[in-house]
Amino acid sequence: MDLLEYQGKQLFAKHGVPVPDGRPAKSVDEAVQAAEAVGYPNVIKAQVQVGGRGKAGGIKLANDTAQAREHAGAILGMAIKGHTVHELWVEAASDIDEEYYAAFVFDRSAKKPMAMLSRMGGMDVEAIVETDPGAMCKVHVDPLIGFQGFHARRLAYGAGIATDVIRPVGALLAKLYETFVSEDAMLVEVNPLLVTGDRKVLALDAKVTLDDSALYRHPKSAELQGGGSEDPQEQLARERGLTYVKLDGNVGILGNGAGLVMSTLDVVAQVGGKPANFLDAGGGSKAEAITQAVDVILSDEKVTAVLFNIFGGITRCDEVAKGLIEAFDQISPQVPFVVRLDGTNDKEGRVLLAEAELPNVYTEATMLGAAKKVVKLAAGAVEAKPEVEQPSQNVGPSAPQG
Amino acid sequence: MSVLVGEDTRLCVSGITGREGSFHAMNNRAYGTQVVSGVTPGKGGQDVEGVPVFNTFHDAVEGTGANTAMVFVPPRFAADSILEAEDAGIELIIAITEGIPAHDELKVYNHLQRGSARLVGPNCPGILSPEKANVGIIPASFFNAGNVGVVSRSGTLTYQIGNELARRGFGNSSIVGIGGDPVPGSSFIDIIELFEADSETELIVLSGEIGGNAEEEAAEYIAEHVTKPVVAYIAGFTAPPGKTMGHAGAIVSGSSGTATAKAEALESKGVRVGRTPTEVAGIAAEALDAYSSASAQ
Repeated sequence: MDLLEYQGKQLFAKHGVPVPDGRPAKSVDEAVQAAEAVGYPNVIKAQVQVGGRGKAGGIKLANDTAQAREHAGAILGMAIKGHTVHELWVEAASDIDEEYYAAFVFDRSAKKPMAMLSRMGGMDVEAIVETDPGAMCKVHVDPLIGFQGFHARRLAYGAGIATDVIRPVGALLAKLYETFVSEDAMLVEVNPLLVTGDRKVLALDAKVTLDDSALYRHPKSAELQGGGSEDPQEQLARERGLTYVKLDGNVGILGNGAGLVMSTLDVVAQVGGKPANFLDAGGGSKAEAITQAVDVILSDEKVTAVLFNIFGGITRCDEVAKGLIEAFDQISPQVPFVVRLDGTNDKEGRVLLAEAELPNVYTEATMLGAAKKVVKLAAGAVEAKPEVEQPSQNVGPSAPQG
Repeated sequence: MSVLVGEDTRLCVSGITGREGSFHAMNNRAYGTQVVSGVTPGKGGQDVEGVPVFNTFHDAVEGTGANTAMVFVPPRFAADSILEAEDAGIELIIAITEGIPAHDELKVYNHLQRGSARLVGPNCPGILSPEKANVGIIPASFFNAGNVGVVSRSGTLTYQIGNELARRGFGNSSIVGIGGDPVPGSSFIDIIELFEADSETELIVLSGEIGGNAEEEAAEYIAEHVTKPVVAYIAGFTAPPGKTMGHAGAIVSGSSGTATAKAEALESKGVRVGRTPTEVAGIAAEALDAYSSASAQ
């Protein structure tokens, strides 16, 4: 889960990482109250999960109440790269002497946390590395011993930061590592890490990604909305515990197992189709889960045909068939379905489908064949929406359900 | 021969009294795997269809000579269970559990590096050596014994590729699922090294997916250390950046972790990459023919 800036800063503050004094706000009045509380001048910042907020006019300096009110009104509701601003963060303005960059990331290759410090900051990390590779120092941390003083010294001397702030930057890094571990983060990034005119260090921005698998240990974080997707299908799927990713095509996809679903998307694309979604029904899905999944897929109005690609291991194909039949009972889908069932109880599943005589449901023996079929049907539906489908592969006559 | 699991496997199942744990433990036993014991704290002294249950791994190892552990407990207990198995002297730990916190996996991984135990998984389907032993959830009836070693980050995709290979008459020496998490206990390289040394394996199929750079590292290793033909598949060519595709580890971040980059890394080292599971089986057939005729000369 990606957190918004202010949510990250609140976690930082909890662990003693120095941040500017600030308050969240969801309305103009709240923003004005927040501005009065932190004092002037202050900065009104749009809380959205995209870069380039400043350029888009989503970060403004307020010198008095009138300006705070004006800026808050302008920024709330603004769209930044497709993200509507619903929340603001109002914080005390800081004077900037130097801008550094600091982060802890999950290094999957080394299988250790990696600390990063650069004497250049305030631009994105790729740009830092391009502009001045020598300015970036990276050090791995053994998770069994944690972040030690020597790690901080290696980073500080390696990055060549100003010698008078080596100690406070080291202290900030230690607190940041504590945040990274105690909050089960996959990423904590401070950019810029600010050195103020009176040589204090502050985390001026916060980018935090939490490990979804560890949210059970962090009930407060689990309640946060985060800066994630506002997509209605993705929200619906999340509520139902389904692994769903919205894409922009018209072929709805349901499969079991992440790898097989990814592979299905690729094969559909390869034969000329455009997947509408990724949906992993997971291992051991029961009929009810399948029915709910169909509902989520069809809630995307762009979907003109749906492909079921199931290779049952834990998942039983007869349960999948039952779920599809139930979905037809409940929501009478208006688009064609192509179903490929292999694996555990595949024969039973195919028999159930044949007996149910669902309108507009076609079975295919192979993944490739099923992909070709669904792409053809999806395209046909866009062009003509024929009343009667080709009967050749149909498991039953296209009769109304009884 | 086969790798990791076989006739010598003496399996102890952590979480054997749970619904999934008992179901798959019994499936594995029915396949012929020696399931010698189980561990569930508080249920020591009971049995699951004749398999004795112990309170601790230490008791299970002492009482039944278990040398392999399968971990089936819920995510919040899994790291503890893996560490316990290692502490009790188990040599091979296969963790099926999905959803273990990444920081727990980091600690487990770095701790195991200091000893000799091997971890496969977590979030993996297990290991099948057809006609010898099955440890995990792979539907064994789809696979026959043969000369193709398969190593994969995904479960069901493994079945798909195995099925395409079977349609062409191939069997498998072993099928190893290394799992889709950010910190897998065993990498492609660890398993490929075993297949290279295994006399029964004549062809290696690597099934990867987006995220991380394990496939790129495998490509380097294959170029330097592997004499047997390797055929690869990568899932996720059409995956959008920034979205986690089901597996915690399957995410394209920035320009790294893309399927295209992985396929290019493998192809630049002479590993052929099929664009669909069907194509992988076709390439495997060609590669094995070429290898057999070269070996015969």
